Amino acid sequence: MSIEAMPPESGLRTDVPVLEVEDLSVTFVRRGEQPTRAVDEVSFSVAAGETIGLVGESGCGKSVTSLAVMGLLPRRGVQVGGSVRLGGTELLGASDRTLRRLRGSEMAMVFQDPLSSLNPTVPIGTQVTEVLAEHRGLGKKEATAEAAELLDRVGIPDPTRRLKEYPHQLSGGMRQRALIAMALACSPRLLIADEPTTALDVTIQAQILELLRELVVDTGTALVMITHDLGVVAGLCDRVHVMYAGKVIETADRHDLFARPRQPYTGGLLASVPRLDAGRGVPLTPIRGSARDAIPWAEGCAFAPRCDNAQDDCLTEVAGSTVPLEYDGPGRELRCRHPLTYPPSPTGATSSGSTASGAGR
Amino acid sequence: MPEPAPDRGKGDPHAVLRFIVRRLLQLVPILLGLSVLLFAWLRALPGGPAQAALGERATPEAIARYNELFGLDQPIWVQYLRFLGRAVQLDFGTSSRTGRTVTTEFLERMPGTVELTLFAMVFAVGVGIPLGYLAARKHGNWLDSTAVVGSLLGVAIPVFFLAYLLRLLFAVELGWLPGSGRQEVRIDATHITNFYVLDGLLTREWDAAWDALLHLVLPGLALGTIPLAIIVRITRASVLDVVNEDYVRTANAKGLSADTVRRRHVIRNALLPVSTTIGLQTGLLLSGAVLTESVFAFGGIGSAIYDAIFTRDFAVLQGFILMLAVIYVLVNLLVDISYGLLDPRVRVR
Repeated sequence: MSIEAMPPESGLRTDVPVLEVEDLSVTFVRRGEQPTRAVDEVSFSVAAGETIGLVGESGCGKSVTSLAVMGLLPRRGVQVGGSVRLGGTELLGASDRTLRRLRGSEMAMVFQDPLSSLNPTVPIGTQVTEVLAEHRGLGKKEATAEAAELLDRVGIPDPTRRLKEYPHQLSGGMRQRALIAMALACSPRLLIADEPTTALDVTIQAQILELLRELVVDTGTALVMITHDLGVVAGLCDRVHVMYAGKVIETADRHDLFARPRQPYTGGLLASVPRLDAGRGVPLTPIRGSARDAIPWAEGCAFAPRCDNAQDDCLTEVAGSTVPLEYDGPGRELRCRHPLTYPPSPTGATSSGSTASGAGR
Repeated sequence: MPEPAPDRGKGDPHAVLRFIVRRLLQLVPILLGLSVLLFAWLRALPGGPAQAALGERATPEAIARYNELFGLDQPIWVQYLRFLGRAVQLDFGTSSRTGRTVTTEFLERMPGTVELTLFAMVFAVGVGIPLGYLAARKHGNWLDSTAVVGSLLGVAIPVFFLAYLLRLLFAVELGWLPGSGRQEVRIDATHITNFYVLDGLLTREWDAAWDALLHLVLPGLALGTIPLAIIVRITRASVLDVVNEDYVRTANAKGLSADTVRRRHVIRNALLPVSTTIGLQTGLLLSGAVLTESVFAFGGIGSAIYDAIFTRDFAVLQGFILMLAVIYVLVNLLVDISYGLLDPRVRVR
């Protein structure tokens, strides 16, 4: 518990967005192998009290983005470029000491698998109080009292008893609540939740999402939700960034995105969500191929091989000319040469009615 | 809103006790089976105790008299039942070599082996865990490669070869350390427990304690090499596993100091498999190191068994091996209990 870890001296500004990510790139370099660019010039920002979603299939780079923001990527074999600012303070290239001071106090993270994310041999109580001791310098007694309050706040019944228990003695939902309690221990400005509900039962999922929503409303925390689940996005996020093969391909407000997806990939994601009102026996509508079919962005559009709208000019013959992310109406950005269009739209350069009508409703 | 809590963990308070009793009861069939095997094996050895005691040229009459004296003329099953009847009263008979009771011999020899085992394991653990940890943290650099190759060598090198090498170099050539026995004879030490180092401390004969300790160094290093090599490898592999665990990432995400992450989240979990290894290796070493003790003429269990085999000392072999089996099972029981204390997930339910 260092003295400079006290909250008032965090040195973070409040007149800028909580988190600003600009042109973030992450490349994995292994000896004897081709470097892999997992995240490619991703930019977004989150304001206090705002929730944004990073959406995409497994392997699209959304988790790597969050780990890069937290500074949790291994140092060896990873190249991180661009800029990540927390309250105006640059995090990329910051010292290990600075990062450890900010992590847990100003920015916190909730992970996907609550069981493996908790230390099996340490009681829940210690795993909560250690954050309080580290960042707020609380003594054992105060920290335990505060930890019980935290568990109570995230809806864990009988918190004093739970503090003494080990992770394997808690249910899945309670474990995730405990992890959220640890993340909230120091009222961070930024909370990143990486697929926080994937490992949980559907009923528990709803409870955890409700809990996260309440927290954002109550504390004004900026929340970054990382998910592949569009249901989570619909219920929680203000703005959504859809990622494919390491790049953002569409950005829009939640309502716009669900009403009028423009990128055929987004349209495909929405169309592939099973619908309760569809008749029995109606087959699901998948996106054909898999994320492994992605081609390098340098050749145009990585999604082109799987895209129903793809045309010849989606793949450029000149290497290095990626389809750019461009302004696409107020609050929207789009990376696509042949986006989905909708009947009222006056332009309608390309027809894509069938996919869009399935997705747009 | 809250989901129902699984009510595990608060089990029967006597569960641990019953676990111990069950394990101790398992000793009965183990010891019975072992005693039958031992009995049969010893009597299948060429040449009997009489021949060994009286020499190659002993007359048949002398041998017959000897056998009668020690009850060796009876049918084998009578001998076995007699042995069993006395063994349950902890009477394993008399050594045909020294004429003293097996129990006395054992109590005199065992402390030496215990001292030697403790020395070897303190060396193996004290060097092995830090070395394995460092090798893992410096994964891929020269220290790591040296540790990996070194531990392979450590496992592969024959103990008696290493023992001779150490003795030749440090005792014979350089003369830095004593190369045989448990204590200099000229030191007139008082022995209470037969743990010579402990005796020296108890009687405040510091020179005797120090001398006994010096006598442990060379055989202890030779004996500790294999456990050391195994501990280095297991610690290294275990740390490499644990640092990639999700909960270590969580600990880092919480902004804990590097030291807290290391102590509470990495080392604590990484040592779980290592602790099992330490327990098992200790059990093995306690069973006596025949080769090492012979090279250093160290008066422990190992050299006693070595002598007993050559003199066909049935009583000593039977008694020693059965008592060692009990010790081995007890050490294993201790390992299992301690594992439950270290890892809350395997606590007896």
